[in-house]
Amino acid sequence: MPSSSPPPLSPPSRATVDDASLRAALDEPSRKPLSGRQKALGCLAAAVLLAYPFVFDGPFPQHVMIMIFLYALMAQSWNIMAGYCGQISLGHAVFFGIGAYSSGFLFATYHISPWLGMLVGIFLAMAMALVIGIPTFRLRGHYFAIATLVIGESVQIIFQRWEFVGAARGIWLPIVRENAWLNFQFNESKIPYYFIALGFLALATLAIWRLERSKAGYYFRAIREDPDAASSLGVNITLYKTVAFMMSAGFMAMAGTFFSQYILIVDPENVFALSLSILVLLMAVMGGVGTLLGPIIGAAVLVPLSEYTRIYLGGTGGAVDLIIYGALIMLICIYKPDGLIGIAKQWLGRRPPPEETAHGDA
Amino acid sequence: MTLEIIIQAIISGLLMGFVYALIAAGLSLIFGLMEIVNFAHGEFMMLGMYAAFWLWSLFGLDPLVSLPICAALLFCLGVATHYGIIRHILNASMLVQICATFGLAIFLRASAQFLWTPDFRTISHPIVEGRVEIMGIFIGLPQLVASLGCLLAFAGLYVFINRTDTGLALQATAQDREAASLMGIPTDRMYALGWGIGSACVGVAGGLLAMFYFIFPEVGFLFALLAYVAVAMGGFGSITGALFAGLLIGLMESLGGLLIDPSFKYVFIFAMYLVVVFFRPQGLFGRY
Repeated sequence: MPSSSPPPLSPPSRATVDDASLRAALDEPSRKPLSGRQKALGCLAAAVLLAYPFVFDGPFPQHVMIMIFLYALMAQSWNIMAGYCGQISLGHAVFFGIGAYSSGFLFATYHISPWLGMLVGIFLAMAMALVIGIPTFRLRGHYFAIATLVIGESVQIIFQRWEFVGAARGIWLPIVRENAWLNFQFNESKIPYYFIALGFLALATLAIWRLERSKAGYYFRAIREDPDAASSLGVNITLYKTVAFMMSAGFMAMAGTFFSQYILIVDPENVFALSLSILVLLMAVMGGVGTLLGPIIGAAVLVPLSEYTRIYLGGTGGAVDLIIYGALIMLICIYKPDGLIGIAKQWLGRRPPPEETAHGDA
Repeated sequence: MTLEIIIQAIISGLLMGFVYALIAAGLSLIFGLMEIVNFAHGEFMMLGMYAAFWLWSLFGLDPLVSLPICAALLFCLGVATHYGIIRHILNASMLVQICATFGLAIFLRASAQFLWTPDFRTISHPIVEGRVEIMGIFIGLPQLVASLGCLLAFAGLYVFINRTDTGLALQATAQDREAASLMGIPTDRMYALGWGIGSACVGVAGGLLAMFYFIFPEVGFLFALLAYVAVAMGGFGSITGALFAGLLIGLMESLGGLLIDPSFKYVFIFAMYLVVVFFRPQGLFGRY
């Protein structure tokens, strides 16, 4: 993380000036410690999440929570790139797929622990982000978005034809009974999956919380607001876009490994799906883009909505679940363009707590 | 591989290219006007195809006869989209605009599936069917008529935008909304008109495609994907760019599939886009 070093373009003596002016320009809140009320709310949330799988011990409520964590993790990772740094990606499934394939392939072929496979996946996803980023970071707005879209589609087509990794059949992971933790496979219960997913999400959220307050976080937001102005203030925009993209890709690959170990099938149709990239985008934006808790709120609302409507209204092939889903998205866009986090803030109190807001209206 | 096969591929590619160009032109018109990409464009096309199908199946109207009705229906849909959704998110961020049109796409696709099931449908025995042979080259008549129809619609669009007062008012609104409104141009109605015309383009393309293509709720996806690439490659907002990029994509699709590997033909198209924007980040004919 180059968060502690000044950007190469600006001399060290100017770095502090840059910081202050950037913060002033972005109207950022100062680095306030958490208030007592926020700490209490945080502890309460943690207690509820830790107790949940023991209170609701059926597989379905646990599955819904695991899916919320998984999608929240992906929405968080997308949020680093798009919410904070302003680069809208429509192809984030690429990194998810690379993570899923890396650990899945190594485990199915060489019986390498998925934990190691996950590290390989994170490394490969970051390398891929670098490869994608170098030619595409010159592109602005929709040109970048369409570029990531076509790269995502191309990678899916390539994996569908690539015999070495099973082509369109994908990879079927062997079911192993012993060494559950080492093999990242829990056949008896969903509770370990629950806590691993929760842990991954907590890790990503903590990283973003630190990032928000770091120098790199300010640079990201400066690039989002106005790349030319950021550049003239001495922010190396290509470097920081690359950092944001790589961080984002790494967390996405983590989610991919988790998914492959949870479902035990990795196929190009699912892990490189355009619909996955879109879903992740929708969750982050619906929740509140560029905020720490927005993507989690988005996932917590949209995942249960889709899981439960599918059970109660879908199944007949009527797609009523998707009709409601699409209509809700349009309604949120029209009436709550800042995302559901706006409603959450109204419920929780008058002043938005500093860690929830990137725009800093406090 | 004979020369005839290559010429055959070039001609089929160009024929599809005109269809892609018209779809892309509608998208590009809307973007040029208000910098919004309509991610429900493919679903609009799907609705145009279903309109042609139901007019044929219920009233016995041939797709060529019902074409004006399809265009008019899609025009109304576009105007309704503007007043129902787009108008409220004009000043929202680009992400919210993307999400809103994605939401519309999900809604329309699911509604089509709900109303008409996911079955594949075809229009059997339209007025134009069969193929002609010219010097050993076979040309499907429906494809030929479809691409001629798209070319005509495209020419009409071009003349409308560049030669009529309303078209010039549209261009003025695209260039500077406030200045245009100071000149007495009703910009909100221009936006609605832009959405209407952009959607009517895709209604024409959908109606013509319905003559020879399967009709199902997800049919729009691939066409819309190629249209996004065409619009970005031609340069967002440029109608001429959409034509050239549409033709290039049609050619690349058939030639890449023939000469290299059919299963990778879309990868070649996507790679072509990346190469173009690598050297020209604003697209071939883009202004910015």
